[in-house]
Amino acid sequence: MSYLTEGGRKGIRSWILSTDHKRIGILYLATMVFLFFIAVTIGVLMRIEQLTTGHPLFAPQTYNAFFTVHGVIMIFMFVLPGLPAVFGNFFLPIMLGAKDVSFPRLNLMSWYFFIAGASIVVASLFTGKGPPDTGWTFYAPFSLETGTNVSLGVFGAFVLGLSSILTGLNFITTIHRLRAPGMTWHRMPLFAWSVYGTAWIQVLATPIIGITLLLVIAERVFGIGVFDPAKGGDPVLYQHLFWIYSHPAVYIMILPAMGAITEIIPTFAHKTIFGYRAIAYSSLAIAFLGSLVWGHHMFTSGMSEMANLIFSLLTFIVAVPSAIKVFNWTATLHKGSIEVKPPMLFALTFIFLFAIGGLTGLMQGALAINVQVHDTYFIVGHFHYVMFGGTGMGFFAALLYWFPKMFGKTYNQKIAVLAWVPIFIGFNMLYFGMLVLGYMGMPRRYFTHLPQYHTGQIIASIGGFILAAGLVMFFANLIVALFKGKKAEQNPWGGVTLEWQISTPPPLENFSVIPEIKDRPYVFNPEATR
Amino acid sequence: MSSPAATPPLVHRESHKDYEGSKLGMWLFLFTEIILFGGLFILYSAYRARYPLEFHEAGQHLNVVIGVANTIILLTSSLTVAFAITAIQKGARTICLCCLSATIVLGAAFLVNKYIEWSGEIGHGLYPNSPVLMQRPHGDQIFFGLYYSMTGLHGLHVFAGIAVLSIMLGLVAGKRITSADFSKLENGGLYWHLVDVIWIFLLPLFYLAA
Repeated sequence: MSYLTEGGRKGIRSWILSTDHKRIGILYLATMVFLFFIAVTIGVLMRIEQLTTGHPLFAPQTYNAFFTVHGVIMIFMFVLPGLPAVFGNFFLPIMLGAKDVSFPRLNLMSWYFFIAGASIVVASLFTGKGPPDTGWTFYAPFSLETGTNVSLGVFGAFVLGLSSILTGLNFITTIHRLRAPGMTWHRMPLFAWSVYGTAWIQVLATPIIGITLLLVIAERVFGIGVFDPAKGGDPVLYQHLFWIYSHPAVYIMILPAMGAITEIIPTFAHKTIFGYRAIAYSSLAIAFLGSLVWGHHMFTSGMSEMANLIFSLLTFIVAVPSAIKVFNWTATLHKGSIEVKPPMLFALTFIFLFAIGGLTGLMQGALAINVQVHDTYFIVGHFHYVMFGGTGMGFFAALLYWFPKMFGKTYNQKIAVLAWVPIFIGFNMLYFGMLVLGYMGMPRRYFTHLPQYHTGQIIASIGGFILAAGLVMFFANLIVALFKGKKAEQNPWGGVTLEWQISTPPPLENFSVIPEIKDRPYVFNPEATR
Repeated sequence: MSSPAATPPLVHRESHKDYEGSKLGMWLFLFTEIILFGGLFILYSAYRARYPLEFHEAGQHLNVVIGVANTIILLTSSLTVAFAITAIQKGARTICLCCLSATIVLGAAFLVNKYIEWSGEIGHGLYPNSPVLMQRPHGDQIFFGLYYSMTGLHGLHVFAGIAVLSIMLGLVAGKRITSADFSKLENGGLYWHLVDVIWIFLLPLFYLAA
């Protein structure tokens, strides 16, 4: 009997009132895939706008709303909560050998906050004087002055932050309190380590964006003046507060994806992970160093030269723990018997695309290049390589890896591989195109472009359409599998962490007897290592 | 499940109450509250460094007597909530109820004072965007912007704390919180202490800034 059928639980109430971490994970998954496709659609509309010069299909103000809403939905509702809320919820307790998270009711409440925040943001599109047009960063003083519906949109982001904080708090407590007997810190699966690092950032950084967004609302409603230059306030302080959260937030986005990749690679290389402790501690190092580099978003804001230099140096240092992970993954592959099944294909794609994203990030860490490419398509290309090529591909890889376990159904592996082709080709046409366009000087957030960028824009747009088609194919395959897929085995990939040792789909409380952990994780051949 | 001993989930959870865990969760939540105010404290320090004279001057418009009175009220309420926890640990339910009620009354008194104080200042035209304030130097406008934001957010927390303690009062009265199981009350008390601690920092930064 699985968590999907046990006790005859059926109907919508058995889902939206469930405190089972697995059902809550599925609730997040369903909500997020829906929101993801809304944002993808808006992205496609933006690429359609860039097909023409001079005679825009959509009005400039509409385009402003497009990039704002695309960013807000993708960042706050998909990339940021994606892996922790879906796979963290579903698999963290199982990987720890626990029956649920520490606070199951709080966990459900977090989902309701997520839904409330998402609904408020969506409501801000259709009420007031038009959708927000500030970009997802809500920079002051424009966000204080624009007549569009910024207050409501910002409040929605605040509520989403609350959801994120409560999830992080829940996971930290779960990891501290509910590890199975014998599971010491160094016997914990690396996905759990990455969720742990992420959860600390969620708890410690998110309140800063909370107060910043509340202050934007207070500015707009009461005119308190703290970010308003007309009243002696300083908009650069807004940028500081915004990035004190939002830079660590990019590590909230990428760390759990790295964790999922770390689970997938040993499974398909049939080989224990190389450098367990280095990977575990580099997660914490990223969480710590990542909170010290926010100034690299502000090199052109007029900070002091000294501040610029320090932030530039720290930016180069934060690349070290990320590189440690990449080297350890490749070292794990070395002399492994590698099986390129769909999850592995996407995991390898993650490494490739993340490396491009990371290296272009280092380029921008250098002050001179940063000033040159500031606010151009180069930035847009870079962060899509990291956020989509990194977190997005990590999400897809994790979904392909754990889908059979979660739903007890197998998907068509051939179609999953076929879907990868347009995703990979379209992705690189679109975002490498953006890197090139940005280096040539194409500014971001413009509704139209000069003739010299036209060819590049056309190539990027076509890539965008190919990518979107691939995404539809990818998810259609999984949705078909949900209804028509064959029953999945308990352990289709030969994984060795705890989730593969329970039945498929997992039973209601995961383990009838709490397992005792006697060894480190990722031991593929116990006899040979003894 | 095949095992005949399968228990309903509710019973299962009751039997696994994790006091350490709930306290850890509460402390994490308190961290987030401190950081929430931390953003405002960062703004305060940046602007105080920029406008030292104006902050000094603007601070003289605040009512120190009410500020200090409110400090005494909040400190006393922290004492009574601590008494309430000790009382329930020793099984003295009536004393616990009295102490909790006293805490709630003191919290309400704090808010009444706050109302009187704010009305006074608003009566003098000292509020964001007011014609009076717009005539004054930039530093004064920022000072009052921060003053209303920080004491306002703190006031909301006092209000939330009163709500939390009222629920605790109900739970103690309904014997859901007892000498054997009082972690909820302890966590509620922790929240109240946090509200108190934040005020301890607000008092010197605003009322004693002059």
